[in-house]
Amino acid sequence: MEGRSVENSRRVDLAVGAFVAAGLAALFVLAMQVSNITAFQRAEGYTVVGYFQNVGGLRERAPVRLGGVQIGRVSDIELDQSRFEARVAMTIAQDYNDLPSDTAASIRTSGLLGEQYISLEPGGMPDALSEGDELMLTQSALVLEDIIGQFLYNQGAGGSE
Amino acid sequence: MTGLFERLGASTLNSITTLGRAVLFLLRVIAGCGEWVRRPGLLMRELYSVGVLTLVIIVVSGLFVGMVLSLQGYYTLVDFGAEQSLGVLVALSLTRELGPVVTALLFAGRAGSALTAEIGLMKATEQLAGMEMMAVDPERRVIAPRLTAAFISLPLLAVIFTLLGIIGAYIVGTALLGVDSGAFWSQMQAQVSFGDDVLNGVIKSLLFGLVAGWIAVFNGYDCMPTSHGVSRATTRTVVVTSLAVLALDFVLTALMFD
Repeated sequence: MEGRSVENSRRVDLAVGAFVAAGLAALFVLAMQVSNITAFQRAEGYTVVGYFQNVGGLRERAPVRLGGVQIGRVSDIELDQSRFEARVAMTIAQDYNDLPSDTAASIRTSGLLGEQYISLEPGGMPDALSEGDELMLTQSALVLEDIIGQFLYNQGAGGSE
Repeated sequence: MTGLFERLGASTLNSITTLGRAVLFLLRVIAGCGEWVRRPGLLMRELYSVGVLTLVIIVVSGLFVGMVLSLQGYYTLVDFGAEQSLGVLVALSLTRELGPVVTALLFAGRAGSALTAEIGLMKATEQLAGMEMMAVDPERRVIAPRLTAAFISLPLLAVIFTLLGIIGAYIVGTALLGVDSGAFWSQMQAQVSFGDDVLNGVIKSLLFGLVAGWIAVFNGYDCMPTSHGVSRATTRTVVVTSLAVLALDFVLTALMFD
């Protein structure tokens, strides 16, 4: 009786151990495979800011791309009270610490209905961007209503001639 | 006319005293958790019957929920040419809502009802009274390990459910519907955040584990010690747990995801 009970309790321990290990392993896979916890953490990288007249549908955590390759993320978007422009902070991975200081930033849309991201265009200055620098050349998001408005205006101007 | 008010008053007072007893009971049980720390064997046995034995239903339903989600999501997304976002849709629904909630509902049906019936029968056959006679506190010896086992098991089960759901969605999405597997994972990784989505789901399921375990052991401990009383308590456990989980989920979602 005693031996059987010990055997039984070992089996229970084993099953519980396997259960807990499976649960923790599942959490680990969720962290690595599903949410990709390591990609562009806030700590690793440097932050640059850009001022945009209109950020459109840009959101925090949106990708920052150069030549189509993701090199960072948007870490913060807020309104600058003195300039009345949107101040967008971008965290760029430490690997890409040699971008020219006159790099230009524009807000683009991936595909017709896709999410908005920031596209960087490298300039030609010899010195590199570093923590806290401001991107001077920025281009706002395209607002569909403005484009349509401009188009109609041009059409109207063309018709009167 | 006065009889109506009398009944209303009696049932109100009854609900309030039951709630009060349940809260005091929970506090006593939490205070008595030192017992299984000294004797981990007690907890192991409960983890086995509450957690390991629930694993089968969680694995099977996780796979099927993920597969159905994948099918339905695909038919909606494909109209907008956005079927590459299938992974995001499935992963966010599962980690935030379906994983914790469906696991808690299944847990109430599989493990909560069993806990209530077991404890209720122990009460009906006067085993709990017998323990007290031998100076063994049943709240520490019987209840505390079961509540702790529910609290530990449910988050683990929810995480396993979520992962299997995503795997099921992946299988259906790539093999049956022809979604690109690279886009499936990369879009998911870009949109799902570990801290905001996965961890909030785990926090939800921890709370659900506490609530489901609490309702189950309290209903068993508080039932009428007859066969009819045990059967009513078991039914009440499943109904009350389901309602509590769904209501609590709404509150938690409103607080967590703005």
